[in-house]
Amino acid sequence: MLDSLATTMHKKPRLRLIALLTAPVLWLVVAYLGALATLLVTAFFTIDSFTGNVIQQFNLNNFQDMFTDAAYKNVVLRTLGIAIAVTLICSILAIPMAFYMAKVAKPRSQKVLVALVLTPLWASYLVKIYAWRSMLEPGNGVIDWLLGPIGISSPGFGGPAIIIGLSYLWLPYMILPIYAGLERLPNNLLDASGDLGAHNWYTFRKVILPLIFPSLVAGSMFTFSLSLGDYITAQIIGGKLQMLGNVVYQNFSINLPFAATIATIPVTIMAIYLWLVRRTGALASM
Amino acid sequence: MEVQMHKKRLFSQIAAASVAVLILAGCSSSSDSASGGVPKVDMMKELGAGEGQVNIVAWAGYVENGSTDPKVDWVTGFEKETGCKVNVKNGATSDDMVALMKTGEYDVVSASGDASLRLIYGGDVAPVNTDLIPNYADIFDNLKMQQWNSVDGVAYGIPHGRGANLLAYRTDIVKPAPTSWGSVFDTNSPYKGKITAYDSPIYLADAALYLMKTKPELGIKYPYALDQTQFDAAVELLKAQKPLIGEYWGDYLKHVASLKSGGTVLGTTWQVNINLAKGEGTKVEGIKPVEGSTGWSDTWMISSKAKNPNCAYLWMNHIASPAANAGVAEWFGEAPSNAKSCDLTADKNHCATFHAADDAYWKDVYYWNTPTEACLDGRTDVKCVPYAEWVKAWSSLRNS
Repeated sequence: MLDSLATTMHKKPRLRLIALLTAPVLWLVVAYLGALATLLVTAFFTIDSFTGNVIQQFNLNNFQDMFTDAAYKNVVLRTLGIAIAVTLICSILAIPMAFYMAKVAKPRSQKVLVALVLTPLWASYLVKIYAWRSMLEPGNGVIDWLLGPIGISSPGFGGPAIIIGLSYLWLPYMILPIYAGLERLPNNLLDASGDLGAHNWYTFRKVILPLIFPSLVAGSMFTFSLSLGDYITAQIIGGKLQMLGNVVYQNFSINLPFAATIATIPVTIMAIYLWLVRRTGALASM
Repeated sequence: MEVQMHKKRLFSQIAAASVAVLILAGCSSSSDSASGGVPKVDMMKELGAGEGQVNIVAWAGYVENGSTDPKVDWVTGFEKETGCKVNVKNGATSDDMVALMKTGEYDVVSASGDASLRLIYGGDVAPVNTDLIPNYADIFDNLKMQQWNSVDGVAYGIPHGRGANLLAYRTDIVKPAPTSWGSVFDTNSPYKGKITAYDSPIYLADAALYLMKTKPELGIKYPYALDQTQFDAAVELLKAQKPLIGEYWGDYLKHVASLKSGGTVLGTTWQVNINLAKGEGTKVEGIKPVEGSTGWSDTWMISSKAKNPNCAYLWMNHIASPAANAGVAEWFGEAPSNAKSCDLTADKNHCATFHAADDAYWKDVYYWNTPTEACLDGRTDVKCVPYAEWVKAWSSLRNS
């Protein structure tokens, strides 16, 4: 049965292609692009101001509201700032960590280290953020207890807390691609650089960084886009601070079209980001 | 080169397909706007056999099966008796509940006054045949056929109970004890950063209520009927309040945790949160301040798309029964709607404490209502700010 099917497939390349691609293309077009398309269309609708039912009438009111109210400009800038800060912190922490894992650690401890980096991903997102909530609690949290004696107090709930929480959450997504990039980097390049008289810092800047740049970009796409869309962290440890995701969450039950309008912002930002990345050529060598 | 060409073709195919989806999405769902008049939805004529389950959207604390507290359980008995398994989804705000009911996945909802009319006019709930609910007869008369649970003499639900939004304060930290809502609006408050407010557009009414009592020159008569000047004053008050706020609360469990840890020491709350925090040993009290309070009078309603209508009716009858109604009222800390409940509460003074039959007490409690352009206080010389604008103002305030 299976054999005859395979023979038919072998004889008819077109059929083979269809069988191979139907599921992924369906997924991509219906679930993925379809959802995006519905989102875009909904952004141009409006609601009945009393019942909240969506009225399917094309208009630009939502976009007008979004651009005229300064509050939304602030929330976009705030969210961008947080996403950039998280990406920077993750890169700064991940590069030395990944370098140690790939180039310094013995092969056996390498595997252990990879497993250790992955362990936070085993725990639920919510558990981790609630843990941060109790750690950051001003006055009686672990941070105050631990760092109080040396004069550092918890930042409390707000922007810094969100940046700490998100950096913690997304760090593995940055470490793993950089680790993979560094592993592919031949050791003799580093040796050659040293033999030719380059200092460590010079080697890092001129040899390592250009070669792991695509990995860095891959990692940053995770940390940046995940931060851009997040709302749960802000809800739990953000105090009264809101991110773009919170605006969507806040509005989707009351005013779905407006929530859709807001949701086009991160999509646009990501599109611009990817376009910039493409211009650097990092996508081609990924 | 060939690869490039191939990529291009594939891309154009995907693009074409996504356009097709776009068009489909635009056309498929039918437009169901209901401006003016109540959409006609059929009422249940007679009760059939239970479907085996019922899906409920309710306020936290309304549907308890003993998992929160083994002594608090009015669900297990119902499930055994009727064979209807109860699935409950808690809504954090009225807006949440409206959104959940619009999905059509749920059979019953415990709607407050700022949700009930939106649900009725949106065609999301069906009229209720009160003849099929024997316990309806014992409900207090002054809760039946009110503005928020009936339209044109047709009942849309079963009254559940009522209560006031309270001012919570940590008795060991906030001294002297507050008596006025002014304590959460005082820009020189010593509790700055530890004050909380309810995270919903309807909280604007709390500001309006405070202004109604403290700034008579604004002429506010009813906190849900605000003309533009009055509305702007309320928004200004909340903007000035924002620096005082540590966290806005929507999730009641997080709110209780904050009260317990001392992250929140003062602010608006529900009696059930006070009860939960006290149960965990927190020194906290809730009062109705001198200005009066906003509050709620809830209604059990049935979805117009209910998949389990028979179990839904059985549930509505059960929750209106004296025993269950007394259970909820006592657990949640509100006045019951069933007159016979008062004999069944564990605390015999419950109905007196919560003023179940004391009309004077409810005079300065303003039940949540949905603001509309036509002023709800009867003024005809001005236009009032409708709820959609409240939502926008709140969203802007929260994100500024």
